[in-house]
Amino acid sequence: MDRTIRVLVAKPGLDGHDRGAKVIARALRDAGMEVIYTGLQQTPQMIVEAALQEDVDVIGLSILSGAHMTLLPKVSQLLREQQMDDVLVVAGGIISDDDAATLKNVHGIAQVFGPGTNTNDIVAYIRANAGVARD
Amino acid sequence: MHIPDLLPRLLQGDRRALARAISLAEQGGSRARDLLAGAYPHAGRAHTIGITGPPGAGKSTLVNALALELRRQKRTVGIVAVDPTSPFSGGAVLGDRIRMQPLGGDAGVFIRSMGSRGRLGGLSRATADAIALIDAAGFDVVLIETVGAGQGEVDIARTAQTTIVVEVPGMGDDVQSIKAGVLEIADIFVVNKADREGADKTLRQLRSMLHLGGPPEDGWEPPVLASVASNGQGIPEIIADADRHAEHLRGAGFADAHARTAAEGELRAAVQELVVERLRGAAWDALVAKIAARQGDPYSAAEELINSL
Repeated sequence: MDRTIRVLVAKPGLDGHDRGAKVIARALRDAGMEVIYTGLQQTPQMIVEAALQEDVDVIGLSILSGAHMTLLPKVSQLLREQQMDDVLVVAGGIISDDDAATLKNVHGIAQVFGPGTNTNDIVAYIRANAGVARD
Repeated sequence: MHIPDLLPRLLQGDRRALARAISLAEQGGSRARDLLAGAYPHAGRAHTIGITGPPGAGKSTLVNALALELRRQKRTVGIVAVDPTSPFSGGAVLGDRIRMQPLGGDAGVFIRSMGSRGRLGGLSRATADAIALIDAAGFDVVLIETVGAGQGEVDIARTAQTTIVVEVPGMGDDVQSIKAGVLEIADIFVVNKADREGADKTLRQLRSMLHLGGPPEDGWEPPVLASVASNGQGIPEIIADADRHAEHLRGAGFADAHARTAAEGELRAAVQELVVERLRGAAWDALVAKIAARQGDPYSAAEELINSL
């Protein structure tokens, strides 16, 4: 039976700009996914706990504050500790190419979407990769 | 995580197992039925409290405040929050957690958001299953927040033991309050945002509406309470009345009657699901095509299918 893809969209850290996160939430909704939107100023602990309770396939992290090299690896680390490695983690926001490469190669972030990314590309990526590791 | 491990872990209160079990229940099918069959005998201990009311009345904020108060009283709380699913895409934005951030990081709280997935009564098909699973995992109280309800979304009254209807000041005239529907199902009325203008009038209208009906058959007079959920005002009083209502249900033997009504609803839903699942196939598709072309009607087709079982 087809399972509805569930995505947690969260804003880690202290920046207060969630327009991008809302645009993504809306696009994923229109693509038939269930989006759990948790709001601003989430700690990595809050994000991982919400992902656990909601049993999501994907976590989408929107971050514009520049703190991504601190907060995003922390999310991945907590997911590993909870044995939730099967959750796909993607990020969006202002993240340099160098940082994006490090996040992908070292810190378990599956994909980084920069400004100007077409939401259709994000939908297609999630459809192709969500829940692949899940039993 | 393997399905056979799920049940024992769930019964020990393992949060990840509970989360996965609810997903399985939402998905449906025989694996879900096996799991629910195993969990069902362990449920029935929690006090289930439904919170319903119009969009923007402050249901999520109220649920957050009620949960904080219950935690102060050292009771564990499961929360099921239902938001509407798009009838067009099948997707949903589930935003109830935004108002429940103060509950984050508390191991005595478990919050689950659900899309209504095509159900119109204010809950989703799997909401009752999710409640049973949270109950079986050992939570003391389960709070169920419905989709923003208009006038007819009354499924919650069958599902929850205690139903709280939330209103806000300034919603309609006093004829609104004698219409059938949501207002009939309240065990407790809460006028939230009671610091706003018109709160006294709304409280008065609700109380006089209740007095129009004469003494209630079951001996429970729904209290009409005021709250400001955003600052916790009036919250302990709501919990006290919810406890009093649970006590009333137990004392008068109404809990059994309520359990039977709920059980019948669950049985009917389970039968419908199973029957449809069994009947789907080539004959089903052929009949759908015939009905769509007006060469057949759904009533005869249904009978034909049922007889083939």
